Amino acid sequence: MQVKVDQSKCQGHNRCYAIAPELFDVDDLGNAFEIGDGVVSPQLVEKARLAVANCPEYAISIVED
Amino acid sequence: MTTLDEKSIYGPVTSWKTDFDHADPSYNENAHEIWNELRGTCPVAHTERYGGTWLPVTHELVHEIAYDTEHFSSRGVVVATVKPSDLPDAIPAPIGGAPPITSDPPFHQDARRIMLPAFSPKTIEQWEPEIRKLCRELIADMKKADVVDAAVQFAQHIPVNVIARMLGFPPEDGEIFRGFVHDVLESINLAPGQRAEAFMALDAYVAKQVQDHIDNPRDDLTNFLLNAKIYDQPLSLQHVGGSIILLLIAGIDTTWSAIGSSLWHLATNPVDRRRLVDNPALMPTAIEEFLRAYAPVTMARVVKDDYNFHGNEMKQNDWVLLPFPAANRDPEEFENADQVLIDREVNRHAAFGLGIHRCLGSNLARLELRVAVEEFIAAFPDFELAPDEVVKWSVGQIRGPRELPVRINARTL
Ligand code: HEM
Ligand code: SF4
Repeated sequence: MQVKVDQSKCQGHNRCYAIAPELFDVDDLGNAFEIGDGVVSPQLVEKARLAVANCPEYAISIVED
Repeated sequence: MTTLDEKSIYGPVTSWKTDFDHADPSYNENAHEIWNELRGTCPVAHTERYGGTWLPVTHELVHEIAYDTEHFSSRGVVVATVKPSDLPDAIPAPIGGAPPITSDPPFHQDARRIMLPAFSPKTIEQWEPEIRKLCRELIADMKKADVVDAAVQFAQHIPVNVIARMLGFPPEDGEIFRGFVHDVLESINLAPGQRAEAFMALDAYVAKQVQDHIDNPRDDLTNFLLNAKIYDQPLSLQHVGGSIILLLIAGIDTTWSAIGSSLWHLATNPVDRRRLVDNPALMPTAIEEFLRAYAPVTMARVVKDDYNFHGNEMKQNDWVLLPFPAANRDPEEFENADQVLIDREVNRHAAFGLGIHRCLGSNLARLELRVAVEEFIAAFPDFELAPDEVVKWSVGQIRGPRELPVRINARTL
């Protein structure tokens, strides 16, 4: 499983970074990006789904394996 | 029920659907019931007041307008008796009087980008110890009184002090600019002149502080703005002053309201209060839920040209309110929308807006709210609304308790 932030939709609400700092980081402007290639380890699957479900701009997507 | 402010230039509200007035005190007092009723009947209410104003109440419509910068302009974001189009000196779109909140694309993004680094999560995190210290001082100042006003003695001082420190303004001036901000935001249905006076007083105060920073530069947000560049040019003094006024207006009543509403919830819901005291791990979801359920901020837009919005004939320069708090209570978007669930895990709330104007101060506001609630319940693990006293709610687009007398039943100090 992989997470991906759509940069054109992200407005920097930072919900993802607060919920799953293992998966998301933020740049100097406060916009989020997935860490590394966005691969989600099994113990972070729940957090990844929560990040998606809390992004007010619907900017995060999940690619299932 | 309607205790209309005698100074209003409009009469009592005859219908929330066709003659609403969001500055009538009964609007904020009964907001949730009013939105529920409107959502069931017409999702877009209208009033002739303020020269014609619309009020959509569903998440879908609020979302659509927030994203539609082609038909809706931000040049006026606080509904008032005077429209931006009536003011010959008003700075026109896409810049507006207080960039970036009054700006439209394409200028908006450039004005916003200048301020973003000062409010990014990692910059803001560093303020936590200072905010905590401030909260503890305020709590210590309340001494051992049995009844304290959590809005007046606690919540209202937090954002004022924090923004004054960030801007490098004298902290003891907090009272002064809180007064101006109040007049700008809450006195919207007074005769136009009075509100203009408040704006002029605020302008003059800020100009003086900016001049002092030009003469004596230091490492703070005011000098950060003075050094910032747009299109390779320093910002005009008008732009710097406008941005500072925006930070004062956008940051103070809003955060004060969010802290006050959260404490109001805990004062009136002993089960939630106990759960949060016993289990601090619930704090992150509780804070997001307070932001959803008691979202303090409704914004506005100005209709650019005549536009038929889902069958509503909007006229050029009509106002459109963007009630993010109503969107947050829409059962189409949220399960059990009317219940406050402090462990709600899925919570895509829009308290900080949607789209390009997402609250620039959201990281700061969240931090202030969390630390304030943490420190208040740590010092006072048991409190309730003071019997025989009344809670007073604000009037206008920012909703929150302005007076919140609570009785302290247990303290750890
Ligand atoms: C709980 C407290 C707060 C809430 C609920 C809140 C809410 C909002 C909302 C809904 C918007 C969107 C405006 C629009 O769509 O027109 C906004 C914009 C803004 N807020 Fe906040 N705000 C809060 C605190 C703060 C603080 C503490 C600051 C700064 C010190 C701040 C600064 C701003 C600025 C500068 C904008 C304009 C952003 C832009 O137009 O790009 N806010 N806020
Ligand atoms: S929650 Fe969504 S909008 Fe917010 S930073 Fe993450 S991706 Fe961006």
